[in-house]
Amino acid sequence: MLFDQKIKELEEKARLIRRDIISMISKAGSGHPGGSLSATDILTVLYFHKMNIRPTEPNWPDRDRLVLSKGHAAPLLYSCLAEAGYFPTSYLGTLRQIGSSLQGHPDMLSLPGIEMTTGSLGQGLSAAVGMALAARVDKKAYRVYCVMGDGETQEGQIWEAAMAAGHYKTDNLTAVLDHNKLQIDGHIEKIKGLDPVVDKWKAFRWNVISGVNGHDVKALIKAFDEAEKVKGRPSIIIADTIKGKGVSFMENNNEFHGRAPTKEETERALEELK
Amino acid sequence: MSEKKQIATRDAYGKILVELGKEFPNIIVMDADLSVSTKTCGFCKAFPERFFNMGVAEQDMMGVAAGMAATGKTVFVSTFAVFATGRCWDQIRVSIAYPRLNVKIVATHSGITTGEDGVTHQANEDIAIMRAIPNMTVIVPSDAVETEAVIRHCAVTQGPTYVRLSRPKTDVINETGMEFIVGKARQMKEGKDLTIIACGLMVARALDAAQALEKDGISARVINMHTIKPIDREAVRKCAEETGAIVTVEEHNIIGGLGVAVAEVLVEDHPVPVARVGIRDMFAESGKPDELLEKYGLTASEIVKAAKNVLGRKTA
Ligand SMILES: Cc1ncc(C[n+]2csc(CCOP(=O)(O)OP(=O)(O)O)c2C)c(N)n1
Ligand SMILES: [Mg+2]
Repeated sequence: MLFDQKIKELEEKARLIRRDIISMISKAGSGHPGGSLSATDILTVLYFHKMNIRPTEPNWPDRDRLVLSKGHAAPLLYSCLAEAGYFPTSYLGTLRQIGSSLQGHPDMLSLPGIEMTTGSLGQGLSAAVGMALAARVDKKAYRVYCVMGDGETQEGQIWEAAMAAGHYKTDNLTAVLDHNKLQIDGHIEKIKGLDPVVDKWKAFRWNVISGVNGHDVKALIKAFDEAEKVKGRPSIIIADTIKGKGVSFMENNNEFHGRAPTKEETERALEELK
Repeated sequence: MSEKKQIATRDAYGKILVELGKEFPNIIVMDADLSVSTKTCGFCKAFPERFFNMGVAEQDMMGVAAGMAATGKTVFVSTFAVFATGRCWDQIRVSIAYPRLNVKIVATHSGITTGEDGVTHQANEDIAIMRAIPNMTVIVPSDAVETEAVIRHCAVTQGPTYVRLSRPKTDVINETGMEFIVGKARQMKEGKDLTIIACGLMVARALDAAQALEKDGISARVINMHTIKPIDREAVRKCAEETGAIVTVEEHNIIGGLGVAVAEVLVEDHPVPVARVGIRDMFAESGKPDELLEKYGLTASEIVKAAKNVLGRKTA
């Protein structure tokens, strides 16, 4: 019963965050709605349920850490951090403006709560492995999460990091693949295919949790819980997602990978997210 | 604001690439999931069998381009300037430049005018790191017209070349049909008190600055140093001898770019006072291109200030 209530709360949070994303990008006049909306439920579950964090003490050494390797989903991260209380939600309106700490891509020096500077794709997983290994050195119990785009995993460095994590058995690391099947120039399978994606990660000695609906809060919680129990291997959740999720005309529409909605589109989007 | 015609250099690139594709069946084009932004998408539509989208994998793209070039093809590879240079520097150095393969790296979204995407997408170090590689030619066209000429030059010459293009629309300052000669600087305005040597979209601002200086009775020569490497030593020395002071202007870190390339010549051949206008060794931020140019000192008025500074240091 309590759990059902929690699920409802998380779904409501995700809706608010989606509204933030639309408003922020619309006001900025540029940004990446598609990839932000696609990972919204994943980050919502992490920030508002799963991760052990203290927003008023952002540098608490025992905190869980999230590396948003697909840095272009920065608006999503900013909204989560603001809603969680790291900084006032009023900051959100300054996205991408000159002088703002809300940079186009996450800058760990400019805002509390950002664990790693990202935006050049393919670099986040390595940093996450580093944090996971540091926990081992320091005998700390924190977990590290890393969210990657599927197109992003075409970068060679991802597989170098995957091999490192497999080798060092970083079982305190959970990666999430935001598997929306799209990159900028089109369908992943048409441009540079990833399949068989499960076998690839398995071959790199990872525990793979696949077939997870990345927009089903309950399923995501179950997957994160399962990952946490696995010893001796890092885990990756292959989350099946829809790019632009939540706004009908943005769903699976690559035009909205990196374009802001017009005023009229913004109104329509916010209406749908009521 | 400006009455001049404005065209983005990347648009000029996309257009000429399709024309060249018709003329030269030997041309191959590659991109790393940014073909709509780099404008190679036109070539992709016209010649799908000669276009390869390599996905988000710049290092691999450079290696594959090298392999193609080793079979005798002319390969144009494009992505944003940060990813085209920094991400795959060693692949460029070892697989392309060292074996002197015919790969033309045409990068768009250079400098801070990339704008709102912020630091991760703004290349202010690319000239420095490309220039440091032996065998590499480095070209920064000043406008869309010159870009067409540069790309045509790339199609008909051999060897590794880096061409640096921009995202925003910029003033057209060259006449259609202008002649481009690699390594030969172009004088855009005569002057005798000092020389402003600029490249890329800053040439237009250098011309504005020269006009402003004219009002103060200062006669500034303006040079378009489109080829950073090999630099036109002769032209640099001549400007130093004839005007006695130099201002360099670039949308790039003041470390390692045009300013330093010019200073290297002056130090050895004919030392004169120099002031370098550029990004002062810092990471910029997100913002609109024009706001960023203003905030980081890449304006005509900053060039005027630098000009007055070097004039003050000139010995009579
Ligand atoms: C190294 C690097 N190359 C290119 C880009 C430009 N870029 C930004 S997003 C993107 C596509 C990413 O696709 P995916 O990871 O599937 O993201 P999503 O669908 O989740 O938005 C590209 C190529 C970049 N940011 N970094
Ligand atoms: Mg994707």
